[in-house]
Amino acid sequence: MADHLLEVRNLSVEFHTASGVVHAVRDISYHLDRGETLAILGESGSGKSVSSSAIMNLIDMPPGRITSGEVLLDGVDLFKLPPHERRAVNGRRIAMIFQDPLSHLNPVYTVGWQIREALTTHGADAATAAAEALRLMTRVGIPEPERSLGKYPHEFSGGQRQRVMIAMALALRPDLLIADEPTTALDVTVQAEVLALLEELQEETGMGVLIITHDLGVVAEIADRVVVMEKGVLVEAGTVREVYKNPQHPYTKKLIAAAPGKGEMHAPAARAEPVLSVRDVRKTYGSFEALKGVSFDLMPGETMAVVGESGSGKSTLARILLRLDEPDAGTAHWKGRDLFTLSPAELYKLRRDLQMVFQDPTQSLNPRMTVFQLISEAWVIHPDILPKAKWRERVAELLVQVGLGPEHMGRYPHQFSGGQRQRIAIARALALEPQLIICDEAVSALDVSVQAQVIELLDKLRREMGIAFIFIAHDLPVVRDFADHVMVMQKGDIVELGTVRAVFETPRQEYTRALLSAGLDPDPDVQAAHRAARLQRAAS
Amino acid sequence: MTLQTDTILADEPNFATRMVRMLLADKFALCAAIFLVFIVILAIVGPSWLGELATKQNLRGRNAAPFDWERGWVWWMGADALGRPLLARIVVATQNTLMVAAGAVALSAAVGTLLGLVAGFSSPRVNQVIMRLADVIMSFPSLLIAVIVLYILGSSILNLMLVLAITRIPVYLRTTRAEVLEIRERMFVQAARVMGASDRRILFRHILPVVLPTLTTLATLDFAYVMLAESALSFLGIGIQPPEITWGLMISQGRQYLTNAWWLSFWPGLAIILTTMSLNMLSNWLRIALDPVQRWRLEMKGRKNG
Amino acid sequence: MIPPPGLSEGAMLKFVRKRAVASLISLVGLIVMVFFLSRLTGDPAALFLPVEASAEMKQQFRELHGLNDPLLVQFAHYVGDVLTGDLGESLRKARPALDVVLEAFTWTLWLAVITMSLVTGAAILVGSLAAFRAGGFFDRLSSIISLIGASVPDFWVAIVAIVVFSVNLAWLPTSGTGSLLHWILPIAVLFIRPFGIIVQVVRGSMIGALSSAYVKTARAKGVKSRSIIFVHALRNAMLPVITVIGDQAASLLNGAVIVETIFGFPGVGKLMIDSILQRDFNVVLAAILVTALAIFLMNLLIDLAYALLDPRIRH
Repeated sequence: MADHLLEVRNLSVEFHTASGVVHAVRDISYHLDRGETLAILGESGSGKSVSSSAIMNLIDMPPGRITSGEVLLDGVDLFKLPPHERRAVNGRRIAMIFQDPLSHLNPVYTVGWQIREALTTHGADAATAAAEALRLMTRVGIPEPERSLGKYPHEFSGGQRQRVMIAMALALRPDLLIADEPTTALDVTVQAEVLALLEELQEETGMGVLIITHDLGVVAEIADRVVVMEKGVLVEAGTVREVYKNPQHPYTKKLIAAAPGKGEMHAPAARAEPVLSVRDVRKTYGSFEALKGVSFDLMPGETMAVVGESGSGKSTLARILLRLDEPDAGTAHWKGRDLFTLSPAELYKLRRDLQMVFQDPTQSLNPRMTVFQLISEAWVIHPDILPKAKWRERVAELLVQVGLGPEHMGRYPHQFSGGQRQRIAIARALALEPQLIICDEAVSALDVSVQAQVIELLDKLRREMGIAFIFIAHDLPVVRDFADHVMVMQKGDIVELGTVRAVFETPRQEYTRALLSAGLDPDPDVQAAHRAARLQRAAS
Repeated sequence: MTLQTDTILADEPNFATRMVRMLLADKFALCAAIFLVFIVILAIVGPSWLGELATKQNLRGRNAAPFDWERGWVWWMGADALGRPLLARIVVATQNTLMVAAGAVALSAAVGTLLGLVAGFSSPRVNQVIMRLADVIMSFPSLLIAVIVLYILGSSILNLMLVLAITRIPVYLRTTRAEVLEIRERMFVQAARVMGASDRRILFRHILPVVLPTLTTLATLDFAYVMLAESALSFLGIGIQPPEITWGLMISQGRQYLTNAWWLSFWPGLAIILTTMSLNMLSNWLRIALDPVQRWRLEMKGRKNG
Repeated sequence: MIPPPGLSEGAMLKFVRKRAVASLISLVGLIVMVFFLSRLTGDPAALFLPVEASAEMKQQFRELHGLNDPLLVQFAHYVGDVLTGDLGESLRKARPALDVVLEAFTWTLWLAVITMSLVTGAAILVGSLAAFRAGGFFDRLSSIISLIGASVPDFWVAIVAIVVFSVNLAWLPTSGTGSLLHWILPIAVLFIRPFGIIVQVVRGSMIGALSSAYVKTARAKGVKSRSIIFVHALRNAMLPVITVIGDQAASLLNGAVIVETIFGFPGVGKLMIDSILQRDFNVVLAAILVTALAIFLMNLLIDLAYALLDPRIRH
């Protein structure tokens, strides 16, 4: 057998849980060579992270158990190493970076200390470690590296924290870097920078990179080969182009089909009398200007997408329109009445018209209420909508409307999957018969295939009930198939506002173009072209 | 596209069945619960059942030794300095002991929780006032205050309850406030607000149910604490006054005979230990059983045990 | 292992100042409450004078201490007295009450400091090790011990200990402060409950910290188990522990009453009980004020410890 850098053979891992034994991965095998990048692609629950945890000896046993298989690093089975040798492999030969760098960095130690620790753990002396830490911080592009070494993780931005993680992981020039969803929590432009950094470093050191992701775009951008996992089983393997162009397994086909941004774009009708008219809304938190005078109109039954990176003010806008926060200045006329000057009693009446669907349905549904209680709460608060005798019937109706069944009425949110929970949240919003629903990152936390279903549901509601949407997202492709108009926000300002076609095909602003080109396309060829264009622009 | 084919878990059994199952899964907590039920029954029926026997003096049986199986069961633990059967006295004292603790816990929990809800949910200024008040109570040497207040006001069951309650209010206040501050920012509270829910509805329908398990656990733990505090005060002679009795007072009464009749102080002490230990055990169990994230530990154990 | 870094002095100073100002308000509240305790819970003349005092004596006493003045004036006087450290005379010992109290308080403070140091060290060690192998033999053993520790009434343990160790075995003295041996029983008795409680908190907090994401990172870096427990997890797990240590230390400062009484230890608790029984109320009030002040300063220290441990709190 050829000598690969890493070879996973017939690995099976199970976990003992309250609902019985879960086979997290079953009999999976893959390999990786030096200088190569392998992606493990899968949605939540696919077991895509389990094999890497096994490689790093991070599985807690119990409840976990490795039932079969071996992991060979340069031909040596890691499972058979004595504990101290096994530990010596971690950090020195294999290093790992994680999805959420804020929680993966120790909050009470400075980043400099944490990087130095990686070095001293494996035998470096303090002086060497200090010098090396400074070099690493400089290399991964942290501004003011010397001063930054003395800062704590919470004092950095998300992208910088991931750079720190990378610096720490690469401290000992490992042969293999495992990156578990390294860019998932980051803005698209930052994601592109971090991936570019990873590639540069790989070229420098010749390490193998194992990247775990749910995002076809990331695979297209960085990986040479890909393995696809579904429910603990490896269903497809091949080069990135092969798998994308000619998927064999139905699951892979489904994943590729679900990737957003390929459908027909909407052609909105001519604009007439706006139902919502927002003028010059401003908001500052302390010295931070969250909104610097935002104005736009929304027509009845229209979908306005609001796109921007973190800190752009898009969520603040949503909160202010719903009066969860008070604006400093500006007006927002809903059917001729200024939302911002309503008395509490008037506001209470108006709540019926304006509803919201939040990002994470796990958090937006009270865990201690049944589906029936969750949905009917709308009528407890607004008793004049529906007499109590009809509640059950109507809840059943709403559940069917969002693609669930009446039999789900007595269950609690945690008994549903993420996508189903978001459907419940949508049913709850519909219970008040609103005319405008504000979706704040309503599909961002969902798997790609589920994302597509929820968007389809929202589109159906718009067609059938004429509900207008303000659809907030950080991701451009998601809004492409759904929006009539797109509003791009940056640092509290609207930088571009136009029809979906205009924004996507003929963006006028540099920032919009940057956003569009930073977005990763699932098609490796398209992505290669994007990349070339981006590099060219960066060069000029 | 079809609905995602996720398996939906079977309907869950109702709350009571679930709790009983989880209680059966934890043998220690089960014993503790049974013991506490037994103690509560004693507290209810004790005084009317053995009240007379427990106060009847019998000078010939002074400091009678325990384990004298010849005599009636009330004498098995021996007799006190006035020849009164200790077992009967312990049973009778249960009522006062539990009542003071229960009253103090109920009062402090109710007031503390309410203040905590208000502090966590109202304007920063009100919040500040309430918190500073809690700080003052917290930095008061509570036992010393109890001593002086009881001395001045005279000690009665009610005063004892009040004093103990006041010193424990900050515990609930701080816990509740901290939780409310966190929960009010959660998405489901925001969602209720968007629907137009009133502050009262949000507080009592959305926030309180989430805080309640923590408070229940805390109150169970605190019950043990208050019981110990009451015993200590009674032991010092400024808590319950004779002829009323509590376990703490019994220990104090036996203290002067320690060297020749250890049982006078030993048995009531054991009663206190067993009760507080049961409460602590139950509290530990509650912490897990009422936490949706940790609950599986107990449910799994139950399954394994058959 | 390299030593963890300290923190910038500027940030610390600012934090201290902010906390000090906030607690100043509480301090005023405290003085107000002590004042009202002394004036409103009954006629001070009746309280401060012996039971057999005549009406004339009472009148004289009132005039002497300005008790006939309006309440606000009295309060102003009282605040003035407190600020100048004049807390009246001890009737029993004919010395300034503050001196009497401070003398006794020194004893209590030593007792509390020694006990809490022992408790903290032992509880952190036991709790951390129990958490590292949660569910194992050591964990179960320490759970039982800590449960019992948290449940026993200290006065009961104290008298049982006297019977066993002083009377029957005659190893240790029953009361007083003459030698080192005199300290053993009070410290041992005071040790039990805080130890039981803090072990449980350390264990719970450590289990949380050990399952956190940053510990995963440390394991991925190849950090040794000892270092993961005592460097990475422990410092994070200490926040809730510090709170409980503070609570326990406070209840030691005032709860030593019983143990001091039983062991005849001349601390502030025993002083209070004696003073109450002998109606020496200036001493009682001074004792409350001093103890409260001590608890108060300790709470401030706890806040500082927070900031020292967790850089996020300094903001």
